[in-house]
Amino acid sequence: MDFLCGIRGKDFVLVCSDTSAVQSIVTMKQDEDKLVPVDSHKLFAISGEAGDRVNFSEYIIANVRLYALRNGQQLSTKAVANFTRSELATALRKSPYHTNLLMAGFDEGVGPSLYWCDYLATLHHMNICGTGYGSYFVLSMFDKLWHPNLTEAEALEMMRKGVEEVKSRLVVAPPKYLVKVIDAKGIRTLGEL
Amino acid sequence: MEAISNAGSCVGILAKDGVVLAAEKRITSKLLDSQAVGVRREKMYRLDDHIACAVAGITADANILVNSCRLAAQRYLFTYQEPMPVDQLVRQLCDTKQGYTQYGGLRPFGVSLLYAGWDKERGFQLYQSDPSGNYGGWKATAIGANHQAATNVLQGDFKDDLSLEEAIKLVVKVLSKTMDSTTLSPDKVELATLSRDEDAGQVVYRVYEPSELKPVLEAVNEEMTKEKEKEKK
Repeated sequence: MDFLCGIRGKDFVLVCSDTSAVQSIVTMKQDEDKLVPVDSHKLFAISGEAGDRVNFSEYIIANVRLYALRNGQQLSTKAVANFTRSELATALRKSPYHTNLLMAGFDEGVGPSLYWCDYLATLHHMNICGTGYGSYFVLSMFDKLWHPNLTEAEALEMMRKGVEEVKSRLVVAPPKYLVKVIDAKGIRTLGEL
Repeated sequence: MEAISNAGSCVGILAKDGVVLAAEKRITSKLLDSQAVGVRREKMYRLDDHIACAVAGITADANILVNSCRLAAQRYLFTYQEPMPVDQLVRQLCDTKQGYTQYGGLRPFGVSLLYAGWDKERGFQLYQSDPSGNYGGWKATAIGANHQAATNVLQGDFKDDLSLEEAIKLVVKVLSKTMDSTTLSPDKVELATLSRDEDAGQVVYRVYEPSELKPVLEAVNEEMTKEKEKEKK
């Protein structure tokens, strides 16, 4: 029932996730942070099987950090996205990870980027994207509202409208949502919706 | 190390808008089919879209190393969908080379290489590696026979901010001083450049054909005879 969504603006990326930790039909807690930082300018938004989610993201993040340590330079968001995809694809026919994820980052010279990846290792570079049942409610709305010169305030307003829709229409809507933004300055938490 | 100091020399120069590699071809006989594979290009190899190398030493050993370089570059591209940074490729190969100096029963690869490459992080780069697995980045360097003499000439004549054009002239001049013969001929020299097409955003690797090489060599020959005459006066 996880819900993730992301919006890419002109010089920033906005990502939003619910904060519920769910075990079968029971909500365990309401303060789970599913937006995990990879480095100063990249983050993963991860949904899916709780164990796989943590295991897989920690594995990828550790490898990205190892690369930076070994080579004295950071991987770009594109490289991280493709590395993650290839790891998911390799695992798919052995012991698959059941995780869908969004990858957001800001690179010098490239600008903001937002990638969508599902557990079958499909990777897309997107302007707007979402996963989970909630995305059925927000994607068409984002399609209508998105434009290339979006400001951060506009994007946050879009996000608020989207979450509102999910809360009012989705049967199994989570109650709390966390929003983070990445721009040239790094990752910041914008607050809860 | 012995095999390398006998091998035909290779010279590389880093210019501001590209890298030049030049090598001396040792096997010249009129019976040789100059168009056959492995004869036409004896020492220059393209490792990836953005990296090329020149080798000095045992060619058979070099082929193995070149193959592993190409494999590494493609593996990197497959994983990250981005071209491999030049220094990483050099380091990976040198790790392999170092391995063969440490384990018993095998001899090390008798090859020194010059790598010319471009990547978005560090721009144009020139690296050199030897059989022990040592490597380093250079503005201008030489390997193979008489590399000491070549280095001396480079130290005298190298300037920062050389253009590719000037670097080609210098590289040929240096090469001629390491060779036994006084005049250069296209069948004894291999010349390759690595530059960038800024509009297309692509790295351009160009190997000079004998017909293209001829005017370059003649110009340098002429210059050198003039210099000699001056010295005589």
